[in-house]
Amino acid sequence: MVARMPAGEKPRPALLLTGAALPEYSNAMSTPSSSLLTVLDLVPFGQTGPGHRFFALRLSRPDWPDWERWRPGQFVMVRPVSFGLEIPWARPFGICHMTTRHLICFFQVHGRGTQRMARLTAGDQVRVWGPLGNGFAMEEDTPTLLLAGGMGIVPFVGYVNRHPQPWNLGMLFGHREPLGCYPVDSINERVPVDTLREPESGDLDDFIFSLQERIRDNAEQNGLVLACGPRPFLLTVQKLAARYGARAQLSLENRMACGVGACLGCVARTTEAWPVAATRGAPVQVCTQGPVFWANQIEL
Amino acid sequence: MDLTVTLKGQRRDLTLKNPVLTASGTFGSGLEFAPYGDLAALGGIVVKGLSLRPRQGNAQPRIVETTAGMLNAVGLQNDGVESFLAFKLPHLPWRETAIIANLYATSPEEFRELAARLNSEPGVAALEVNVSCPNVAAGGALFGQDPKLAAAVTRAVREGAPDKHVMVKLSPNVTDIALMARSVEDAGADSISCINTLLGMAVDLPRRRPALANIVGGLSGPAIKPVALRCVWQAARAVSIPVVGLGGIVSADDALEFLLVGAQAVQVGTANFLRPDAAFAIVEDLPAACERAGAASPRELVGALVTDRDGPA
Repeated sequence: MVARMPAGEKPRPALLLTGAALPEYSNAMSTPSSSLLTVLDLVPFGQTGPGHRFFALRLSRPDWPDWERWRPGQFVMVRPVSFGLEIPWARPFGICHMTTRHLICFFQVHGRGTQRMARLTAGDQVRVWGPLGNGFAMEEDTPTLLLAGGMGIVPFVGYVNRHPQPWNLGMLFGHREPLGCYPVDSINERVPVDTLREPESGDLDDFIFSLQERIRDNAEQNGLVLACGPRPFLLTVQKLAARYGARAQLSLENRMACGVGACLGCVARTTEAWPVAATRGAPVQVCTQGPVFWANQIEL
Repeated sequence: MDLTVTLKGQRRDLTLKNPVLTASGTFGSGLEFAPYGDLAALGGIVVKGLSLRPRQGNAQPRIVETTAGMLNAVGLQNDGVESFLAFKLPHLPWRETAIIANLYATSPEEFRELAARLNSEPGVAALEVNVSCPNVAAGGALFGQDPKLAAAVTRAVREGAPDKHVMVKLSPNVTDIALMARSVEDAGADSISCINTLLGMAVDLPRRRPALANIVGGLSGPAIKPVALRCVWQAARAVSIPVVGLGGIVSADDALEFLLVGAQAVQVGTANFLRPDAAFAIVEDLPAACERAGAASPRELVGALVTDRDGPA
């Protein structure tokens, strides 16, 4: 069953949105930079104890010029100094939130890099470069539907907190692990969140039906649909958006070595609707041309 | 400290403001890294491999992280030489630092045509020839694994671009790198760069699949540094043209180790993925690293390895 979360749950301490108000959201992008940041804390989400897998990583706020112009949907490359030479790549993390006080990333332990990151403690040094990529469209007056699958919820924390008219936002969140594993409270403070836990339903049909209803309604209002999550989830959204003619953006999460457009490891193929003739139907970098794409312009 | 280096070629010299270049395929066109440092401060930029026509590259996954390194099978995706000349080169600081075009082709004729296209480009200081590519006419044999084919490609580029410094990038996937080095020297190369990536493979155990769609790929990063040092040492002893060393360099000290074994300059590759300002940081640290090593300049260290025996040839 799709359930509506009770509004205004108390946010978790790690994600308290403290710090001075940010300047008005603008479409001007900030220039990326690279610097060493300090770990403020690493807060486990969900069931704690050995083997816990969900963490909010809170870092000192970078001293990047015009950092405050970061856009929700942009990401940073994060590489703990403790990776040494053994683990060469940084890990790309969608920016969960960035305020005058801190930069918050959120991750699930998945491989050897995130396993190592789960051992970070306050005071550790981490190299971070960003903000990278383009970010989600933000149209204050447009009814906007946020669709999150699992860890795909992360960039929407920043999105709902930077949106000037959050009453135009609604969210549908599909997840596998208990709700407490995800930073959903800080979204539900501002925006009604409908949730569906996959193993509980035993059937995806319920969720796909909800997706279909919400996307169709949004298309009828000439709204905007923003989706972030695993590939099968994005494929469903892409198909439904095409069926109902919804304006939809998808945030892709491909493997990256550099995050700046050089390694060509993260490329995805564009469709005939891609606006740049030279790269139509060709592979483009998800890191610099995305990670957010209009749903009709990219092949998943 | 005087950091300049002149790579004295058989036909054309290449003067660098310092011996630290960025390696092809790890630094894009260079413009991708402009936010993280002053491109003009680098000794040079070897741009992502260029082919006559655009290439879309291999299927995904194309890259995989390994212990202290990575494998790639990107497949030479690039927008083609014309796009580079029209849209990238004009924005690069080619008056302040050496922009080196890395060439990819599948026949000597195509190499000659590509070289000829670049011969009169004032913004291109030198050509680096990627011989680690398949010779389509010869059933896909790699130019870089056959001394005669490597020499044929070198001659083709030499003829196509008589006015450019021609650097030939050697593959380590050979039995005798000294033989390859002598062969391209005899064919007219002005300098040699080595090493390209080592052929490798990674396996995704739970899925029982190769980690790369291409199954095999090129290994780079700190893991290959000992192999690279050995290859540079062997190549530098085998030829009289300059050798440019690369393979796993992440620090100024690493760079100086390559100079000691005979390289006159170095290229920084996979380190650019560890942090986007890696090459800039190495340039900055170079004078202090030289002082720590007791040298008044990087040039002083070239080939200054102290050995008690000659070692195997």
